[in-house]
Amino acid sequence: MLFRLSYDYVGDLAETASLLWQESRGASSPTLAEAVGALRSATRASAPAVVAGLLDRLDTSGRFALLKLATGALRVGAGARLARVAFAERFGLDVTEVEELWHGLSPPYAALFAWAEGRGPRPDPGAGALFRPFMLAHPLEAPEAIDLAAHAFEWKWDGIRAQAVTAAGERRLFSRDGNDISATFPDLVAALPAAPLALDGELLVRGPDGQPASFNALQQRLNRKAPDARLLREAPVFLRAYDLLAEDGEDLRQLPFHARRARLESAVARLDPARFDLSPLVDLVDHAALAAARACPPHPSIEGLMLKRLDSPYVAGRVTGLWWKWKKAPFTIDCVLMYAQRGHGKRSSFYSDFTFGAWGRDGALLPVGKAYFGFTDEELKWLDKWVRDHTVARFGPVREVEKALVIEVAFEGVSTSSRHKSGLALRFPRIARIRADKPANEADTVEAIAALMAR
Amino acid sequence: MHAPDWIEIGPRGLRLKAADVWIDPPRPVARALITHGHADHARAGHAEAWATAQTLAIMAARGQAPVQPHPLRHGERHDFAGVTVSLHPAGHILGAAQIRLEGPDGTVIVVTGDYKRAPDPTCAAFEPVPCDILVTEATFALPVFRHPPPEAEVARLLAARAANPDRAILVGAYALGKAQRLVALMRAAGYQAPIFLHGAMERLMALYSAHGVALGELSSVSGQPKAQLAGAIVLAPPSALADRWSRRLPDPVTAMASGWMRIRARARQRGAELPLIISDHADWDELTATIIELRPREVWVTHGRDDALVHWCETRQIRARALHLVGRDDEDD
Ligand SMILES: [Zn+2]
Repeated sequence: MLFRLSYDYVGDLAETASLLWQESRGASSPTLAEAVGALRSATRASAPAVVAGLLDRLDTSGRFALLKLATGALRVGAGARLARVAFAERFGLDVTEVEELWHGLSPPYAALFAWAEGRGPRPDPGAGALFRPFMLAHPLEAPEAIDLAAHAFEWKWDGIRAQAVTAAGERRLFSRDGNDISATFPDLVAALPAAPLALDGELLVRGPDGQPASFNALQQRLNRKAPDARLLREAPVFLRAYDLLAEDGEDLRQLPFHARRARLESAVARLDPARFDLSPLVDLVDHAALAAARACPPHPSIEGLMLKRLDSPYVAGRVTGLWWKWKKAPFTIDCVLMYAQRGHGKRSSFYSDFTFGAWGRDGALLPVGKAYFGFTDEELKWLDKWVRDHTVARFGPVREVEKALVIEVAFEGVSTSSRHKSGLALRFPRIARIRADKPANEADTVEAIAALMAR
Repeated sequence: MHAPDWIEIGPRGLRLKAADVWIDPPRPVARALITHGHADHARAGHAEAWATAQTLAIMAARGQAPVQPHPLRHGERHDFAGVTVSLHPAGHILGAAQIRLEGPDGTVIVVTGDYKRAPDPTCAAFEPVPCDILVTEATFALPVFRHPPPEAEVARLLAARAANPDRAILVGAYALGKAQRLVALMRAAGYQAPIFLHGAMERLMALYSAHGVALGELSSVSGQPKAQLAGAIVLAPPSALADRWSRRLPDPVTAMASGWMRIRARARQRGAELPLIISDHADWDELTATIIELRPREVWVTHGRDDALVHWCETRQIRARALHLVGRDDEDD
């Protein structure tokens, strides 16, 4: 019970255990190598005693690190990208070069360390189908200042960014962070050509009308590591190509965007049109057309606009001034707070997980969604206190509150759902603002939200 | 579980029925007994209030003075329509008191208010008061909360200062209690240089000094040239850590002194590069040890992580209940 309450509060299992462990410091702390060695050689039967023995020799943060290491969850707070940046900084290397080599090597990266420390040759990433770090865009802050003549415009499609690579007879599909997701999307991988190439594009599910289906359809595919024949038939994926990074062994990334685009167009023309197509360029004559295209894109699977400098090389990471993204404005509605729950992870220990509702036809409040709070600490604190002072009932970690507080909820789209009594599901809902100024009876109705579906 | 008939318990707190006196009420009342000066215990707008002279001075300095203040000395007994009331040090902040209530039926209730057992040079040490019913806080009532020795935390702060001679060390600390204790701990660790203050810190620092708490040389940040603050320790209220105010400091190292800093997520929320686990509340070990020491017949939990403490009491056959008081704030730690 005390463990459960503690975990509920702390939000992280390893951290909870590291804090609860009774200190019995005496022996010196184990080194990292010693701890890894002990964990490696532990058997299922000896593991509890081995871990307990190590925990006894560590302080709180040491215990936390050990448990994260033992459970394979050490990446919390330090993603692989951060590790590569740290590695590059430590040895004064170019992070792009580290990125490229990294993906061709495997832990513990002995050859990479040897090279970085000047003890060995530059590792050969091999000839197979390798991941190339993605080029990313910055959010567009000042659209009126953009030089239209210097940019190409594309839609930003609402799927997942992916890289499809053929090389040395291997065919692979990579996600944005460089994970190999070939097994999840065998239908797309099988359609890759025999000739070497590397495509950057958006992975989408094709709907019955031949157009991209909603993100929910793709979500089903993402959830299944090994899809069965029925799912492959009902939710076929395709790659909408944005860029061509390599072709026939030639690295194209130093070429300007317009030259890569020309090569991309002829390359895609040779591929299976059911599995590969081009992300079309959008013709925008002036800033008014730019704003209009962003505000009212022609397809629901469009998230916004991409602006790419015509002369931009393909550079890994988020380089300022080359690519911009301008997301379409999300919808907003006013809802009434109904239930609150303590968050986990970053937001643990505050009521930060909220269920909110809109008014139904008969005047009852119906839940329409659940969202985390995306706010400043002051607001989070205020809301946490509001919840504690306006609780009308408790169900375990959940509190039901007085139906009195209006919150502005922003979301990306709305669809029908049988999960909520309201019959609606909001896509990526987040709480945009607390509207303490607004009376609850002025919040939106379920009907008004449903009407947004048509847009 | 039955309360004596001379006391009333509701979500707004405890009330002595016959005298109509509330304890730490969250809204203005005619008569109030106040444990200490933190805003969630000492609200503005009471007509009459009884508290220690220090607490009344703190209330006055923060614009929360009652119309009629009645200072009480520690241990001094005062009759409220048949209930004998006395105040006893709580070890929380300057002036903080526990309230002992002895009813006409002889039942003794002790309301701890916020308290801690760890030594604190800025206030009188907690006095264990035997009682039948202990009304305790539970701000840090989870076994994950074990506050390390504050001296070790301050040593980390001073080490960070020594390691960053070109940067300011900006420490977020609550202006009442925590800030003064930090200064006193730094002085005890041998740090003699002037300590710089955000404007919101100055009045209460002066009040502590006037009450005989030795704080050494303190100086205002405002008007100091930026370069002058390199290698300086600067105290500011937590809300100032992230706002424009901190831009006047040279590349500050952001520290935050609070019991919550034991939880990583909380330290991250605060953006604290250097989380210092220093709390003016009892931790889990102190809360449970105090209950074991006083052996009350019943424990009532006012605010905080009440579910865990109530559960712990029950596993030890001590009757316990959560009062679910409203208006209490977690953050004056
Ligand atoms: Zn307090």
